[in-house]
Amino acid sequence: MGDPITMIARWLESQLLGLGLSPVLVTLILAVLGVILIASFVLVMDIFLVWVERKVVARFQDRLGPNRLGPFGLIQPIADVIKLLIKEDITPAGADKFVYNLAPIIALATVLLLWAVIPLAPDLVGSDINVGVLYIVAIGALATLGVIMAGWASNNKYALLGAFRTVAQMVSYEVPMVIALLVPVLLAGSMGLNAIVEAQTPVWFVVVAPVAALLVLLTGIAELGRAPFDLSEAESEIVAGFHIEYTGMKFGLFYAGELLHALTIGALVSTLFLGGWRGPGVEAIPILGVGYFLIKAFFLYWVIMWVKYSMPRIRIDHMLNFNWKFLTPLSLVLLMVTAILDKLLENGPYWVYVTGMLLANLVIIWAVLQLLRSRARVERVRVAEPRPVAAPPGSPASTTTL
Amino acid sequence: MTGIQLVFIVVAVMTLGAALMAVLTSNMVHAALWLILALFGVAIIFVLLNAGFLAVVQVVIYIGAISIIMIFAIMLTRRLITDIGTQTSSSWPWAALIAVALFGGLAWMLSTWGGFNTTPQLLSPRSDQVVELGQALVSPNAFVIPFEVASVLLLAALIGAIFIAWDRK
Amino acid sequence: MANEWLFIGVFLVLAPIFPILAILIPRLIAPRKPNPLKNQTYECGIETVGDTWIQFRVQYYIFALVFLIFDVEAVFLFPWAAALKQLPLFAVLEGVLFIMILVVGLVYAWRKGALEWV
Repeated sequence: MGDPITMIARWLESQLLGLGLSPVLVTLILAVLGVILIASFVLVMDIFLVWVERKVVARFQDRLGPNRLGPFGLIQPIADVIKLLIKEDITPAGADKFVYNLAPIIALATVLLLWAVIPLAPDLVGSDINVGVLYIVAIGALATLGVIMAGWASNNKYALLGAFRTVAQMVSYEVPMVIALLVPVLLAGSMGLNAIVEAQTPVWFVVVAPVAALLVLLTGIAELGRAPFDLSEAESEIVAGFHIEYTGMKFGLFYAGELLHALTIGALVSTLFLGGWRGPGVEAIPILGVGYFLIKAFFLYWVIMWVKYSMPRIRIDHMLNFNWKFLTPLSLVLLMVTAILDKLLENGPYWVYVTGMLLANLVIIWAVLQLLRSRARVERVRVAEPRPVAAPPGSPASTTTL
Repeated sequence: MTGIQLVFIVVAVMTLGAALMAVLTSNMVHAALWLILALFGVAIIFVLLNAGFLAVVQVVIYIGAISIIMIFAIMLTRRLITDIGTQTSSSWPWAALIAVALFGGLAWMLSTWGGFNTTPQLLSPRSDQVVELGQALVSPNAFVIPFEVASVLLLAALIGAIFIAWDRK
Repeated sequence: MANEWLFIGVFLVLAPIFPILAILIPRLIAPRKPNPLKNQTYECGIETVGDTWIQFRVQYYIFALVFLIFDVEAVFLFPWAAALKQLPLFAVLEGVLFIMILVVGLVYAWRKGALEWV
């Protein structure tokens, strides 16, 4: 039994073919309808995300959040959108008009494009291309382009500085992300996202490769430019970075794009590691898959928000050191260990495979924690050394003698 | 004219136009953006030939990494962001003559090839194309030596680039 | 050409429409009263002096370069990873060799100090 949407699509297809249109045109019309469906679904969720974000941050900070407009403040995002639409659009003097207007379009369009390949239910996927994972990396690369364009076209020193830092950060964190994305490809034997979801029986990949899941989530947060990695757009540091000069709805596009990108990273990690649309009873009632998928994606989005509202900002040199000197070697080691273990254990019974991989991941985590502990000890000793301190002359701490 | 031919003509015109604008425009950052459009057109042409993997690799490597390096390199040389003066040299008739001769020679040479007038054989859209590529990359009687040599080449590129660009003060 | 890519092509053409709409609608309903004071570039409330440029440091370039090398390496590894289920152990070791050669490169960059942000 199929799910309602696929049945409607088949019915529509047969109707249009019956009208005598050529098959290519029918495919085109169905594709346009599918795109409109997915894009509307995603954009409605985007509006909902603004509300979720504000309510959740309020609860983390022990306050109520918006609760005046509509029940529980649900109308608040719509009011925000209306406000942004009627604000004046100020283009700074000397800005490169075409590129300035193109940047927010690219920022939102690239996030929308990601949803074309994410499987929502057993046969409800926009496009089941066999290179899904690499497609996602490609679209992420296009997003960095949008940032450079925004920073450069604004004719503003801080925008340019913020854009360079953001791109340096995004580009650096793509390396461990791409290498960690190789792990589910390896475990499933295919690069297509639907194939990866279908390969996650009977256990999800998060049990077999938890470190890889953590890596993709962490580097995903850094790619978004979200706290604690948001030095490049922090208001107290660089006055909003590359989108300083954007007002009104163009800024709204950047902001909404960022929230939607966060949900997309959550959806991606849930597809690759948490089983996507898998759940009890999905084979019988496929439309339940959408529900399971949304629950997992929103759960991960909540984890991303939790990290954002609990941790302080990381300095840029710490951020880049963390990436190149810790995450990249870790991801390479993880890939090699996973590949070797997968080949050695694949012929044995399945429970041996799962426990073997899980144990290897736990050993890696333990070794990493030991390494970090020893480095922390070294760092504590270094910081505890007495340093010259400014003191008024005549007091005991002063080193000048009067 | 099939749908694929129509799409190909549109994409080819877009790619060639973008490449032309990349050399004619006087603003270097605009030139980089036109180049990105041309590279994107090449990726779409790969898709038309059923080589989906190569299309995404093109976007990831060329647009995601090499274009960013080019834009950074352009911005390292701040003063040259806007070229001044005319962009065309005065001996352009000679250049046009050589270009037309080259084009004519290549077109004549290709017309003697059997595949010139027939529609190309599309790669069959099996979903295990990437798996076959992977098997070919590591099998001893296929491409394993070039695979390992590629890694040595990348190592040489990394060491060379850092040696040249990094200036330990 | 498979229908999958057609869908992505249609998405590529239609996806920018919503952001373009979001930019065009304010043009209709929002006020437009530009004056030189409003159009100044923002610099925390003070006047800007000189051209818009920043001291572009070579660190940005080095990071982009190292990223490029590792990106190409990852792209080589994708077909290898996808095919690994059907290959013998020897293929795994070949891939490990590929990765180790590039780890040498990473160690070189690390020791040279090219991965610092000073």
